[in-house]
Amino acid sequence: MIALIDYGAGNLTSVRKALTYLGAAHVTPTTPKELEACLGVIVPGVGNFQATEALAGVWTAAIRRAVRYSVPLLGICLGLQWLFDGSDEAPSLAGLGAMPGTCALMTDSGKGTDGSAPLKVPHVGWNSLHLTRSSWLLEGVGEGDQVYFTHSFAAPVTADCVASTGYGVEFASVVERNHIAGVQFHPEKSGDVGLVILGNFLARVGAHATSQ
Amino acid sequence: MLSKRIIACLDVRDGCVVKGVNFEGLRNAGDPAELAIRYNHEGIDEVVILDVTATIEKRKALADTIHSVAQHIFLPLCVGGGIRDEQHVEAAIEAGADKVSLNTAAVTHPELITTLARRYGSQAIIVAIDAKRYDDRFQIYVRSGQESTERDAIEWAAEAADRGAGEILLTSIDRDGTKRGFDCPLTAAVSEAVSIPVIASGGAGTFDHFVDVFTIGKADAALAASIFHYSEHAVADLKTHLDHAGIPVRR
Repeated sequence: MIALIDYGAGNLTSVRKALTYLGAAHVTPTTPKELEACLGVIVPGVGNFQATEALAGVWTAAIRRAVRYSVPLLGICLGLQWLFDGSDEAPSLAGLGAMPGTCALMTDSGKGTDGSAPLKVPHVGWNSLHLTRSSWLLEGVGEGDQVYFTHSFAAPVTADCVASTGYGVEFASVVERNHIAGVQFHPEKSGDVGLVILGNFLARVGAHATSQ
Repeated sequence: MLSKRIIACLDVRDGCVVKGVNFEGLRNAGDPAELAIRYNHEGIDEVVILDVTATIEKRKALADTIHSVAQHIFLPLCVGGGIRDEQHVEAAIEAGADKVSLNTAAVTHPELITTLARRYGSQAIIVAIDAKRYDDRFQIYVRSGQESTERDAIEWAAEAADRGAGEILLTSIDRDGTKRGFDCPLTAAVSEAVSIPVIASGGAGTFDHFVDVFTIGKADAALAASIFHYSEHAVADLKTHLDHAGIPVRR
């Protein structure tokens, strides 16, 4: 059973649809206690980092506990940003802190230098993945494959980055540390490539379940 | 590099696609889900369902249509047409829409943009603008292009962005249905006035029209309906054409 965490940051319908399509049983826990029975956790979310305030306290504690038991965790979009220490978007809030670094507003470093139009923020649309090292989440995903983004803040390229994407600056579009992973884009909206990625997460969950 | 998006519009009435559908081999030529699946295979980047009935009693049919399309394709899905209040938005999003587009309601109740952006995030809220040229300026029309307003399209686009819209869907009334090409000066003027993506609509007749709107028109995305019905490979062929013209597209 996959736990899909609903903390009021955006609609979960499309993630649910994709999991159902892939044949995965999923639940939206109403209490942190319910997480204990789950073999995989997905933290989705769109919007302002401030929304992750709803995760602070008991939910964060329950997710930390699951992670300690090697339960695979996937952060999607805002959920990826939450895996880090925090974000400039809401500096008073702490993220999970599973990966070091702070998310920042995407700025246009190249603006004006070549006379081209300034980049628009938010970054909306299909952009390509540059694979930086081997990854279980990106098994079967090719260099340059495109996925669907919609966001204004982004995570830095650190040792946890397994794929980066360029938009003014290079940012971490996929991060991974052992059984914890995050994607800045929306795999549930990224066609076949997105389904491969979600399938890889489900395979990891399946492997973890078998090992129990 | 960020790709330019190609968006297919399905005009739907009572659960059926109503115009320009002449694909061979579809079991039911008017079935939105079947058409959406086909576009997905051809490489479409996004799908818009435009409800052209948009009467209260037909809302249930729309929700069923959204649900059936959303179950089969894992691409961004936008729903527009007759969305007037929060309940309509909630119903569309619950049924599986990722974005909704507001037109008349945004003009008559601009505070709705902000309310919805706070609730669902700006990425979910598209403001659709129907613009018509008057001398050197562009006036906006509401109620499916039937009613003129005194508002200037470029100023309205900037205001909509400030109020929290995540994208602008810009239709040229002068070009819509003409196949004479997108209104590039209109699109460029709006695109330069806002920092959010602009989707150009109205007038697509040839593949070169898309090249023009992405270069001269500075559009971030282009939407069309009937041009994709010409052949089985129209979407893929269009992308090949754009790629050869040096325009970044998802292949």
